[in-house]
Amino acid sequence: MTNITAIFKKEFRSYFNSPIAYIFITFFLGISSWLFFRGFFIQNQAEMRSFFGLMPWIFLFFIPAVTMKLWAEEKKIGTVEILMTLPIRDSEVVVGKFLASFALLAVTVLLSLVLTFSVTYLGDPDGGTLIAGYIGLLLMGAAYLAIGLFASTLTENQIVAFILGISTCFVLLIIGEDFVLFNTPNWLFPIFSYLGLGAHYSSILRGVLDSRDIIYYLSVIGFFLYLSTLAVESRKWR
Amino acid sequence: MIEVRELTKSYGPTVAVNKVSFDAHAGEVLGFLGPNGAGKTTTMRILTCYLSADAGSATVAGYNIFEESIEVRKRIGYLPESAPLYTDMGVIEYLNFMTQVRHLPKSDRKERIRAVIDICGLEDVIQKDIGELSKGYRQRLGLAQSLIHDPPILILDEPTSGLDPSQIIEIRNLIRDIGQEKLVLFSTHILSEVSATCSRILIINNGEIVANGSPDELASQAKGEDIVHIAIRGSQEAVEAELNELEFVSQWTHVETTDGILAYQINAAQDSDAAEALFHVVVKNGWSLTELRQESVDLEDVFLNLTDDKE
Repeated sequence: MTNITAIFKKEFRSYFNSPIAYIFITFFLGISSWLFFRGFFIQNQAEMRSFFGLMPWIFLFFIPAVTMKLWAEEKKIGTVEILMTLPIRDSEVVVGKFLASFALLAVTVLLSLVLTFSVTYLGDPDGGTLIAGYIGLLLMGAAYLAIGLFASTLTENQIVAFILGISTCFVLLIIGEDFVLFNTPNWLFPIFSYLGLGAHYSSILRGVLDSRDIIYYLSVIGFFLYLSTLAVESRKWR
Repeated sequence: MIEVRELTKSYGPTVAVNKVSFDAHAGEVLGFLGPNGAGKTTTMRILTCYLSADAGSATVAGYNIFEESIEVRKRIGYLPESAPLYTDMGVIEYLNFMTQVRHLPKSDRKERIRAVIDICGLEDVIQKDIGELSKGYRQRLGLAQSLIHDPPILILDEPTSGLDPSQIIEIRNLIRDIGQEKLVLFSTHILSEVSATCSRILIINNGEIVANGSPDELASQAKGEDIVHIAIRGSQEAVEAELNELEFVSQWTHVETTDGILAYQINAAQDSDAAEALFHVVVKNGWSLTELRQESVDLEDVFLNLTDDKE
């Protein structure tokens, strides 16, 4: 545990030592507020549907940008050689890095509560839906993070990691979209609709916290963290 | 403290390390010498548990490097080639991170950080970010992180590369001091470095250990013969007849004749005082001597001989 904490602190601080965290937070809040308020006044309804609805697509570009450096940079400048010869398990490093990126996401989402407050001020939205929405947002974001982290373990080039991350998330996102599902063969339909990253999020957004959806996201996170550990260990494969 | 047996590692078809075996003990400074790409770094990466080997075994401080890798890593301080560091961190912040991941008790952390700052001469830069440091200071900080947990074994990959001459001397002195009680294993391709610092040298070439011994041992092993260069003005037939007579001359070659001066290279038995004897021969025959120079084989020749790929 001390190992994970140490790695977590180092990575979390590194986000704020470099401009990454500030750029991420500013742009994320800026873009999501713009898109939110643009629709908000047109619909003239005190709800955040449009805000939450946009998130799977906004995350698609923002999250891989947060995770791309986590391994690629270490490999590029060679610090991975010191890191992986410390008395720490590979899995502990993976988890520590994941938690640090999750903390950055959580901070950002926390700051976006400003939007919620303004909605609450202007009207009377349904509290339960809002809370469910935020939980869904964090779960889905964490799944994106795990995928982005895995992409970063595969290369020493941050741009490649970024694009790999986006593509993987994109594929997992669209296979659950109606447009794709209409055109999938019947036997694939249940698999695709279950695996889609967005469908579970939409069902949480309706205000129903189903354990199946939570389990889905936790499994995606666990699966990609496991793959990341394997990828990091692959240097030692015989 | 380190026992390596038949360690083998290949990258695809290239064999990087081929059946390397050696032992090393506390109080030794072991120099890994070899041309670039000889397998030094790969061997060190295997010993530090960064890579695994295809075959063979090794124990560090009694722990198997493949099965008890965490225990091994606890006991090793490692400085990879070119000292990779987190450039966005501060110097103290970085050392502090190292004390955490090395599990130093909280009460000792400050003290250890102070200690390595003293040892490595980092006082002047403690306020700075690593990104602002010069190459020399980065190297020292890299060394500082490898020393922070006071490990019994120190593995340094080309610790002096990229440093200026005075920094090189500082690092060498540091290595020698540390090597009094601990085991230091360091690699280099600079020859003078090993003879100045090491108590033992491993020469590695094409992934194989080709020599293992103290600098003096290696030099004397290769010696066997002294080489004398001599230039004489005299009759070629007489000189060559005389050379054939001399017992200590095992072989001679006529190098050239310029303006009637005959130049020879003579291989003589070791410690035969060949130069002096040749001088007497010249005097006895009434020739004149224009050059007489004795060369003894040193580490450099050993190195060149052993790592010569022509054969």
